[in-house]
Amino acid sequence: MNKNLNKKIALIIAVLLVCVYGFVGVPQGVSGKAWLDAIGKRIHLGLDLRGGAHLILEVVVAEAVGAETDDAMGRVQQDLKAANVTYTQVYKPDPAKQPQVVRVEGVSAAGSASARSTLEDKFSTQYDVSSGGSDGAFTLTMKPSVQTALEQKTVDQAIETITDRVNALGVSEPVVSPYGLGKNEILVELPGISDLDQVKSIIQSTARLEIHAVVGGPYKDEQEALASTGGTLPPDDIALHGSGNLATGSDADAVYVLNRVPVVAGNQFRSADPSSDQNGRRAVHFTLTNDAGDKFYDYTSKNVGQSMAVVMENRVKEVATIQSAIRDTGEITGSFTPTEVEILSKMLRTGALPASLNPIEDRTVGASLGADSIRQGVTAAIAGVLVVMAFMLFYYRGSGINADLALFLNLVILLGFMGYTSSVLTLPGIAGVILTIGMGVDSNVLIFERIREEVRSGKAPSAAIEQGFGHAWTTIFDTHVTTIVSAAILFLFGSGPVKGFAVTLTFGLAANLFTAVYVSRVIFDWHLGRLKPGEAISI
Amino acid sequence: MELFRGVNVDWLRLKWYFLGFSLIFSVSGLISMGYHWTHIGSPVPLGVDFRGGTEVEVHFTQTPDIGVIRQAMDASGIKDATVQRYDPTRPSLNAVLISLPEQHNETELEAGQKTVLDALNAHYANPIVPASTKVDVVGPTVGHQLERQALLATLYSLLGMLVYLWFRFQLIYGIAAVVAVFHDTLITVGAFALLDKEISLTVIAAILTLVGYSMNDTIVVFDRIRENLRLSRRESLPDVVNRSINQTLSRTVLTSGLTFLTVLSLYIFGGQVLNGFSFALVIGILIGTYSSIAVAAPMLVAWQQWRASKGQAVVLPAARRAKG
Repeated sequence: MNKNLNKKIALIIAVLLVCVYGFVGVPQGVSGKAWLDAIGKRIHLGLDLRGGAHLILEVVVAEAVGAETDDAMGRVQQDLKAANVTYTQVYKPDPAKQPQVVRVEGVSAAGSASARSTLEDKFSTQYDVSSGGSDGAFTLTMKPSVQTALEQKTVDQAIETITDRVNALGVSEPVVSPYGLGKNEILVELPGISDLDQVKSIIQSTARLEIHAVVGGPYKDEQEALASTGGTLPPDDIALHGSGNLATGSDADAVYVLNRVPVVAGNQFRSADPSSDQNGRRAVHFTLTNDAGDKFYDYTSKNVGQSMAVVMENRVKEVATIQSAIRDTGEITGSFTPTEVEILSKMLRTGALPASLNPIEDRTVGASLGADSIRQGVTAAIAGVLVVMAFMLFYYRGSGINADLALFLNLVILLGFMGYTSSVLTLPGIAGVILTIGMGVDSNVLIFERIREEVRSGKAPSAAIEQGFGHAWTTIFDTHVTTIVSAAILFLFGSGPVKGFAVTLTFGLAANLFTAVYVSRVIFDWHLGRLKPGEAISI
Repeated sequence: MELFRGVNVDWLRLKWYFLGFSLIFSVSGLISMGYHWTHIGSPVPLGVDFRGGTEVEVHFTQTPDIGVIRQAMDASGIKDATVQRYDPTRPSLNAVLISLPEQHNETELEAGQKTVLDALNAHYANPIVPASTKVDVVGPTVGHQLERQALLATLYSLLGMLVYLWFRFQLIYGIAAVVAVFHDTLITVGAFALLDKEISLTVIAAILTLVGYSMNDTIVVFDRIRENLRLSRRESLPDVVNRSINQTLSRTVLTSGLTFLTVLSLYIFGGQVLNGFSFALVIGILIGTYSSIAVAAPMLVAWQQWRASKGQAVVLPAARRAKG
């Protein structure tokens, strides 16, 4: 046996081991169950195979755009007043279909120039300002680029919020991602969940972050809190624990007594961003909706010096002292690190969904039904593959072993690929595997038929093998590359099921080029080295 | 053991039979698609994935009575529900499929599945096995988006293959192969229309599989033609094509036979979920194998003869040398 061949065999064994590790990892034991568990951790089954809920939600981005222009309307009124421009009305001509358009009407002729300069001054970065139609009318249209960015931000925020909520549910391996087919759609996949109604109500609920007035606290524990209110909690109050997550002095055991009715409810936050106060300290800057702003102003102006608490998921996140009256924008300051500011502002943002969600598709597959379909499908597929393997042995005799080994190795490499890239195996993915097996068998048949032809024309075994592989290679190369090209295109343009098919097919065919040609050739070479002179190969 | 050794069939002489066969199946498929188009507004019955609507698969603890379930639906005021026994091959599942037609209004989506389950709980004393319930609710827009996108992705991938074959062989090879694949898809989809079977997302995966399979088959034959043309430049193209088909016949029958066997096992034992999927493959593999011999190869010859009849130089469409 020559040195070169040893190297090749070593390479094949290395690839085999790496791939087995890819989909098995290191099992916790040697029993069959330990192996199955280990594989289950690496190879992820799609919802169609293991059961679960699949949701597609449309984010109603028009709402976010509408909220933004609502805000702009308020600012337009203020700014025009400040510039001493009179007008009859500021309104949205068609809030349902064109939430991005704000119109000012009845500006006096004298104020027209001043109105124009004011509007362009304050709004031209985000809006196209045009004097429209009738006398003294101006139209502010949100710039398309600004609108697109806003819509994108809205979808991103919705994804963030949903992810938080799904995580809170304790679902393992959830998927929350842009769906990519239509605009502004989000795909949510929740394996193992079959009660969709409950999940949906949690995902779609809006209000969860609130600001409450602090009655007392922090107390060491619940008993101390109760003692402070005279043994029983008044019906208007609630006692809540701190979150312990932020380094703002709110540790998990501390208990606060708060007013039950929030000053600001969760759906009243419009945005929250990291910023800094006038002293350069890091802060979280938040904006409330107009109504909530008015209410908040009332409250804060009457309660300067009092404390209020930011409550999320029934835990006190942050307690702040009211330093001055606040209307719709405010800051929560403290000795924050940059990451904390980032976390807190994200929490404020994710507290509420930026826009409502419209479910446009949902599917649930009962866990046992998923398991049932996979069992039947896999059993049938395995039976089919076994028949094919048996036939190859029968028809090509000794060389059939080559084909079967190559086929087996092909599947191992494919599974290894899937383990490493954590791809998800779905029903269409299995279709890709079937095509891979078909083409794998085909490659072997092509090579063997070619070798037979060469043997028939009287060539010696080594020459026949050499020629057979050489001729078949061109064909195999072309068929594989053509199919890989088409699979790559399906991967790029397809979604969901089409993609799943493309992934397994591409991996499978790449593996097949290696197993059916390289591995099979090495086995032949190894066999040739052991043939006695004049002995024929078994094919 | 060997099959088809030294076969010598004049395949091209059969081309008119092939044409007739292909036409009969394509046209009857097309007619059936036209019939569906006028009746249901789409060329083939579409599954809930594409059509939109609500489908609830329920497993009962005892043998369900379809009539009573229908009454339960009526009693709850659910109109147009179709109720059918699911997977008749496995009656022990006690499964029933209840479908509601497409909702035209996205906001009505939610209502459907809940009313169905409520109706069953209220009017039918046969407890449901909750872990086995499958609910599909698809809004009309998603369905259409999916439909369009699956179609576009397939067309792009066909174009990609055409370009690759143009680069590796010649344009006419690419065109012939794509026409053959298109022919296969048409006949397979036609079979769904003829047999009134629904096309779902998994069937789309099967059609993609058959496209890949049929393309593979065609390229194997084309590759032999290219090789033989290089070896014997004096032989006429029809002879070369015939010889190439005959030489690869053994491999074609073997591969197709084996793949067919796998798919057939899936069709017979794979259960209801895979039924449409494996049916498409069973048809697709038969047609895919047939088309590489009966459609793609004769097209090459026809093209060359057409060029000759126009008095242009007879160029054998295989000048490029394969590297590989």
